[in-house]
Amino acid sequence: MNLYVLMKRTFDTEETILLSDGSVQEDGAEWIINPYDEYAIEEAIRIRDVHGGEVIVVTVGSDEAEKQLRTALAMGADRAILLDIEDDIENGDAYTTARVLTEYLKDKKADLILTGNVTIDGGSGQVGPRVAEGLDIPYVTTITEIEIDGTDALIIRDVEGAAEKISTTLPLLVTCQQGLNEPRYPSLPGIMKAKKKPLEKLELDDLGLDEDDAAPKTKTLEVFLPSQKAAGHILQGELAGQVSELVTLLRSEAKVI
Amino acid sequence: MPKKIMAVGEMRDGHLRQISFETIAAAKKAAQGGKVIGVLIGRKVATLAEEMVQCGADEVRIVEDETLGQYTADGFARALTVVVEQEQPDGIFFGHTALGKDLSPKIAAKLDAGLVSDAISIEVKGEEVIFTRPIYAGKAFEKVTLPEGLLIATIRPNNINPLPKDRARTGDISSVSYSVPELRVVIQEVVRKSAGRVDLSEAKVIVAGGRGVKSAEGFQPLQELADVLGGAVGASRGACDADYCDYSLQIGQTGKVVTPDLYIACGISGAIQHLAGMSNSKVIVAINKDPDADIFKVADYGIIGDLFEVVPLLTEELKKAKAVSS
Repeated sequence: MNLYVLMKRTFDTEETILLSDGSVQEDGAEWIINPYDEYAIEEAIRIRDVHGGEVIVVTVGSDEAEKQLRTALAMGADRAILLDIEDDIENGDAYTTARVLTEYLKDKKADLILTGNVTIDGGSGQVGPRVAEGLDIPYVTTITEIEIDGTDALIIRDVEGAAEKISTTLPLLVTCQQGLNEPRYPSLPGIMKAKKKPLEKLELDDLGLDEDDAAPKTKTLEVFLPSQKAAGHILQGELAGQVSELVTLLRSEAKVI
Repeated sequence: MPKKIMAVGEMRDGHLRQISFETIAAAKKAAQGGKVIGVLIGRKVATLAEEMVQCGADEVRIVEDETLGQYTADGFARALTVVVEQEQPDGIFFGHTALGKDLSPKIAAKLDAGLVSDAISIEVKGEEVIFTRPIYAGKAFEKVTLPEGLLIATIRPNNINPLPKDRARTGDISSVSYSVPELRVVIQEVVRKSAGRVDLSEAKVIVAGGRGVKSAEGFQPLQELADVLGGAVGASRGACDADYCDYSLQIGQTGKVVTPDLYIACGISGAIQHLAGMSNSKVIVAINKDPDADIFKVADYGIIGDLFEVVPLLTEELKKAKAVSS
C-alpha cells in the first residue's frame, strides 16, 4: 500500500505564546510534530506492518521541519518529503498548504492519506478535506478506528461525542482524532536508522507551481494575546457558607445561572 | 456595499441548533444591510424555515431528500453547491461544528476560495469584513480578512449573540431541486454515547474534572452538578489519560476548545494545555484542594477544598435555589 502521512511541525503544547513586533515569537521555542499528526504516523506504520507497503511522510514548510521528519522516520516511516516553500511564499495559509500538497500528491497513486484532524497552532482543520477534494477522493474526518480489507475501509468516526460507523473504499483520506492509537516513541535503533532513510526536498518549481498558484487567500492583520485576567475571588470561611456564597455570586454578580 | 451571505443551518433531533441562529447573526453583520439566505439541508426540514426567518434570515432555500437525513460530505456538498449556483452569494457561513468543520473546507476547495475557520467575532471596517479567531487553541488571537473572492467562514458556537426572534418577520422560502451524487462514504450506524446530553461545544455550562476526580465513578457527582445546571461534563487530559472518561470529553490544546458562560473546574490543576482550551470561558469557578494550583490564576471564583465535599454541596444548594425561584 502507498500510505502518505501529511504532517506539520508545531510549537510544543508547553510553550507560552509571546509576541514580538506583532507576530508570534518563535526564537527559542520547542518544536514537536503536531500531536494529531503523530496519531496519523502511528496508524500508517501499523497499517503498513499488517498490509505491507511504504509510509511516506510529507510536510510543507522550511528546512527546519527536517528534524520532525527525522522523528517520524525514527518512529518507523520509510521516506520523507519536505516541500520547502519558504523562499517563494510568505504567510501561506491552509489554502497554500493544501494546494502544494495536492500538486505533489496528484500523480502518486496514494491508497490512503492520513493526517491530523487539526493542528494545534493554526487550528483550522482545513488541509485534509481540501487535499481530498483537490485529488477527488473521499475523506473521513476525526477517525478513532480504521480497518482495511482489500480496498474496503471500515471506520469509526467521532462526531461530537457520538460514534459513526462508516464504510468506504480506497483511495481515501482520513484525519485522525485522539483515541485512535498511542503513538510510539522512537527507539534508539530507530533513531540511528532514520539518519540514513531518504529525505527528499522539493520546491515550488519542482512541482510546476508558481507563487501565484498557491498564494494565500486569507490575510492576517493583527495577532494579539488575550487580556490578563484580574485576580479571582477566593472564597473564605466554612465550606457550606462558601458554597452558598458562590451560588449567590454566580447568580447576582456574574449572572450566569 | 451590501452583500448576500448564506447561513447554513444545522438540525438536531428535529430542531434547529442554537449555532444556526448565531450563524445567521454573523451573516447579518457581514451582509452590511444586504441579504442573508438561510440554507436548510436534510430529509424533512422545510418546517424549520420560518424559524430561520424569524431569527434574521431574509430568505431560506431548502434542499430535501431521503438521502440527506444523515450528513455526508458528498451529499451535503452537492446540495450546497446547487444553492450556491442558484444564489451566487458573496459569502457562506457555517457553524464551527462537526458538520461545519467537515463540509466547509470541501466547499472552499471546490470554489477555489479562502476560508476563515472558528471565528469568534466579526467586525466591518469600511467595506472590509474582519474576523477574529483563536490560534494556539486560544493562547493568542488573530484578526483575518479574505481580501478577494468569497467570504467563507465557520462561526464558533456561544460567541456571537443570536438576533432577537421576531415572529412577525416573513421572507421568501423556496425549495431547490437536487439529484443524489455518488455517495462514496456510507454511514452504517450512529452510536450516541451521550444520548440526550448537552454537547460540549455548544454547552452554556461545563463541569470539568481532572486527575483529582480519581476514577470513572468519581465523575458521577460532576454529572449531577452538570444536570442541575443544564450543562455538559468535560475533562482534562490527565483524567482522559488515566481512563476515567472518554477522549471525546477532553478539553485543552489537544481536545476541544470551549467558551461556555460558566466553566466549573473540579480537581484540575490547570496545566497550560488545559488552560488554552478553556480560559476564554466567560466565568470560571475552580474547586481544588491545592491552593497553589494554576487553575486559580484564571478563575473568577475559587473554593479551596475537596471536590467530593464541595460538588455535592453545590448541587444541593443549586437545587434549593431552583426550588425557591420556581
